[in-house]
Amino acid sequence: MGGFVSRGFSGRRRVDPDLAARLPPGQYVETGFPVLTAGPAPRVPPEQWRLGIDGAVEDPRDWSWEEFGHKTFESVPCDIHCVTKWSKLGTSFRGVSLDLLLGEAGPRGRYAMIHSYGGYTTNLALEDLTGGRAWVVTEHEGAPLATEHGGPARLLVPHLYFWKSAKWIRSVQILEREEPGFWEQNGYHLRGDPWKEQRYWSD
Amino acid sequence: MERLSGDSESARGRWQIGRVIAVKPETPRVKSFRISVPLWVAHLPGQHYEVRLTAPDGYTAQRSYSIASSPLEEGEIELTIDRLDDGEVSPYFHDVLAAGDDVELRGPFASYFVWRGEAPALLAGGGSGIVPLMSMLRHRRLTAPELPMKLLYSVRSAEEIIYADELGQDALITLTRTVPDDWQGHRGRIDGELIAAAGSLYRTGLAFVCGSNGFVESTAGLLLAAGYDPALIRTERFGPSG
Repeated sequence: MGGFVSRGFSGRRRVDPDLAARLPPGQYVETGFPVLTAGPAPRVPPEQWRLGIDGAVEDPRDWSWEEFGHKTFESVPCDIHCVTKWSKLGTSFRGVSLDLLLGEAGPRGRYAMIHSYGGYTTNLALEDLTGGRAWVVTEHEGAPLATEHGGPARLLVPHLYFWKSAKWIRSVQILEREEPGFWEQNGYHLRGDPWKEQRYWSD
Repeated sequence: MERLSGDSESARGRWQIGRVIAVKPETPRVKSFRISVPLWVAHLPGQHYEVRLTAPDGYTAQRSYSIASSPLEEGEIELTIDRLDDGEVSPYFHDVLAAGDDVELRGPFASYFVWRGEAPALLAGGGSGIVPLMSMLRHRRLTAPELPMKLLYSVRSAEEIIYADELGQDALITLTRTVPDDWQGHRGRIDGELIAAAGSLYRTGLAFVCGSNGFVESTAGLLLAAGYDPALIRTERFGPSG
């Protein structure tokens, strides 16, 4: 639709060029941290919490909260981009790299389905979960991750739209073939790269 | 009754130029915009459109807005938009856009928060969270008026009631802040009593809850306490989206 101009629109929220370069197409800067969830937030007490890696793996894993706490944590400074158009720039999380967790299980497939407490699922290619680009995080900006943001632990994959960063993660199921997760069955893109604006099936 | 189904994907992904047919003030902060859409496809009640504004130098701003109208209104959609003072797109709609203006948009886009016309439903909206629920209510009135559907609508004051002239027996309105002396309806936030007052005809269907995060968490919690199956509760929370 090249050439269309909205009568009388000049743009009130322009950001400085440094920040603009970090903003994918169609996104705007949000300073808060909006909450988007398909249903009520599940509450998972740490003593009942588990994180598993199963499916097509050499050695299925299933860690308790205490066992998970002994893993090597790292800080993850990042920008996050929600498909509903907001981006939060310069935020930070703390968690365990998926490289480390997957390394213990030995995946034998190229795809994964993330399962969450409450029944949410989302699919990712293993390629997007490895190479220092995905974490299971338990802290946001120095504080324990709030329940409404996925606490006690969520997936963090900042290079994809934020619905891929599943809240209340329960397990990573390794698959040999790609299958669509929850939003991916409901009209949203299978991969969700914000820089390619992969929002919906038709994108 | 007529069931809705997804149809061709061709138009929904493409940006197109719609034309504003009418602008209706609903409350001091909320207006409804009726827009004719050339590449129109029937939406499911609960779905949304994306809107893109473009400045003369190419700068753009995009937002998503829920559809308020029934998909039986062929070739048109209604978007009801809350004016967020520090926003960028909603003030443009409120202060600039008028009947006859063109606006760039694309949709409708799928969502989990959709009513397919197949079962009774309980709707709970806070403030402008009523918008996608109104699409469901209007569509049910047109296609299946006998199907049980009830709207619980929480709003701060009588003057902030959106679609006030359309809400009848199928809506229970509660005012949370300013209550006029002659108010006959409910007062205070949605509570277990109000959910009980809605009756039990809706238990076999879905519950749709839309509003601020606090509203959604509190209302979904009450529905769970009232015995609703969590798998039947669908929520939509609006964050800032000006």
